[in-house]
Amino acid sequence: MIRVTLVPRTTSPRLALVTVSLATIALSIVTAAVLFSAYGAAPLGALYSLFIEPLSSPYNLGEVAIKASPLILIAQGLALGFQARVWNIGGEGQLIIGACAASCLPIFLPESDSAMLLPAMIVTGALAGMLWASVAAVLRTAFNASEIIVTLMLTEVAKQILYYLITGPLRDPAGFNFPQSVPFQDAALFSTFGGAGSRANYSVSITIAVSVISWIFVKRSFEAFRLQIGGVAPDAADYAGFSRIRAIWLSLLVSGACAGLAGVGEVAGPIGKLQPILTPGYGYTAIIVAFLGGLSPVGVVLSGVFLAIIYVGGDNSLASSKIPAAVPNVMQGLILVYYLSLSVFLRNELRVTFRRTARALA
Amino acid sequence: MNEAFLFVFAGAFSTSTPLLIAALGELICEKSGVLNLSVEGMMALGAAVAFVIVNMTGSHTLGFLGGSMAGAALSLVMAVLVLQFLANQVAAGLAVGLLGLGISALVGRSYEGQTGLPLARLPVPGLSKLPYLGFILFNHDVLVYLAYASSIGVAWFLYRSRPGLILRVVGENAPAAHALGLRPLFVRLLAIVAGGALAGLAGAYAATVLTPLWSQGMIAGRGWIAIALVIFGAWRPFRIVVGAYFFGAISLVDLAVQALGISIPPQLLTCLPYLTTIIVLAIVSRDAVRIRLNAPASLGQSYQPAI
Repeated sequence: MIRVTLVPRTTSPRLALVTVSLATIALSIVTAAVLFSAYGAAPLGALYSLFIEPLSSPYNLGEVAIKASPLILIAQGLALGFQARVWNIGGEGQLIIGACAASCLPIFLPESDSAMLLPAMIVTGALAGMLWASVAAVLRTAFNASEIIVTLMLTEVAKQILYYLITGPLRDPAGFNFPQSVPFQDAALFSTFGGAGSRANYSVSITIAVSVISWIFVKRSFEAFRLQIGGVAPDAADYAGFSRIRAIWLSLLVSGACAGLAGVGEVAGPIGKLQPILTPGYGYTAIIVAFLGGLSPVGVVLSGVFLAIIYVGGDNSLASSKIPAAVPNVMQGLILVYYLSLSVFLRNELRVTFRRTARALA
Repeated sequence: MNEAFLFVFAGAFSTSTPLLIAALGELICEKSGVLNLSVEGMMALGAAVAFVIVNMTGSHTLGFLGGSMAGAALSLVMAVLVLQFLANQVAAGLAVGLLGLGISALVGRSYEGQTGLPLARLPVPGLSKLPYLGFILFNHDVLVYLAYASSIGVAWFLYRSRPGLILRVVGENAPAAHALGLRPLFVRLLAIVAGGALAGLAGAYAATVLTPLWSQGMIAGRGWIAIALVIFGAWRPFRIVVGAYFFGAISLVDLAVQALGISIPPQLLTCLPYLTTIIVLAIVSRDAVRIRLNAPASLGQSYQPAI
């Protein structure tokens, strides 16, 4: 008789990391095929439009880039905090607040064509995202309030602030009462690249820069080591004198700034104004991106691109077949469920023994 | 007494019911040592399933049953993740929550924006004729009475019954429970499923009785408020009841505000439950010692049986 047991291990070999991620992707492709055929679409055709078509034309590649960019940007910040077991799940709200704050510049300075306008918006957005996340940091460090609930509640508040602004002080006076701001002038927008019609823009460079900085930070800094110890072994971190308060502040400020930057990338990128919907849930999807990327900077980039492909492919396949719009959402949830299930093999070794050998050993 | 305030005091029993049911479910789950953050998703799924069932059959009873079964089914995913695969409970809760929100959108997609049948009220004979109190306390639908009564049941179960004692032992110290010959994983499985069923029922009530309509995202953070309620109540059933009623009333403040003739931006009123959650959470959590003494000791920790 065969006996399968899980034996805990202390280190995760690189091979296991790669295998688990690849197995997650394989499982999600199978799931997509099953879901699509359940809705009467030809599975192969649907798989093609979901996973291959997004990579097939310069325009679609640009779409993948502008979707991957905010996902990766937010997830880099989240991953840092998650390693320290600081759970910022309000990236969505920090994105919205960053976008609102940055938008004030072009809205109140409509004549400005200064080259400094966009950089000023970038700084404003990052600071505003930080500020929004710092509310959770204060409440966590001074009042011991769960940052999970606080960041999530602050997201709901941020949405209402956005509605208030675009129906009140920041509404376009010439906009027929639509809840949106004036369109921004060119100086407040990232310039696009990738040929005519492409929406890909240079906000992607912020994501690349942040990813490189995260990689260096995680690989080379003592601070990142302290964060990781605080997450893996809180008692050891305490004993070593690594400040928990410092870890909470750092995690929330960095992830807030990243989400705020992502907000700037949206309003100064494809959207070009303030409107009721600024994000299709990037702040939540980034949580999936962070975990699927194994909380490592390189992994986050790869998983961000993967989920962006699903976003774009989802839009494409929805347009061309009768698959409901919620299917990509279900897939996102399933991807994280698969990854968390499979990651048992990161912490445990699968050991298969035959009864006879077991008896012989005994 | 102003009529609007009468409506707030009475209505708060209805608006608090989904919060209370979901929070009692989360309490049972957390008492076994499992932090289940997927309440929002389980409520959304229960809401969608119940709405579809009520629309097809016209029976609220079947809707409640279907909603709680859907919540329980989804919570099985959570159970497999945290009990079998020893996943981090925070991550697993977020994953299952997102999954539930996705599936709920899928289930309810052809009903988006539709309204459903209301459920008849069940005034208590005699008592409902009392001045003021009759209207506030004894003129509700059946689930309101059940929810408030079940809080007594949950308190009795946790603190006066043997299975409740076993549940608490597992939540305080799973290895010790194992050493006593109890089965921590099985107890946790039951607790997670019970929590899921109650969250599904809470969602079903929200979508078929409280506001009989379905729209994606209609749970609107109430699952998270339910989780916060467990902390507010310091893991005690009766304090959770008080907290739930308070938050039910908060969500009706716009009625009182209109009655008083104050003009406040509607967005601020919408924010009120969320802001209140943050403020109350901060006040309650401030005493870290009290939280540590009341929270189940092994809350959030995986239990891996020795081989």
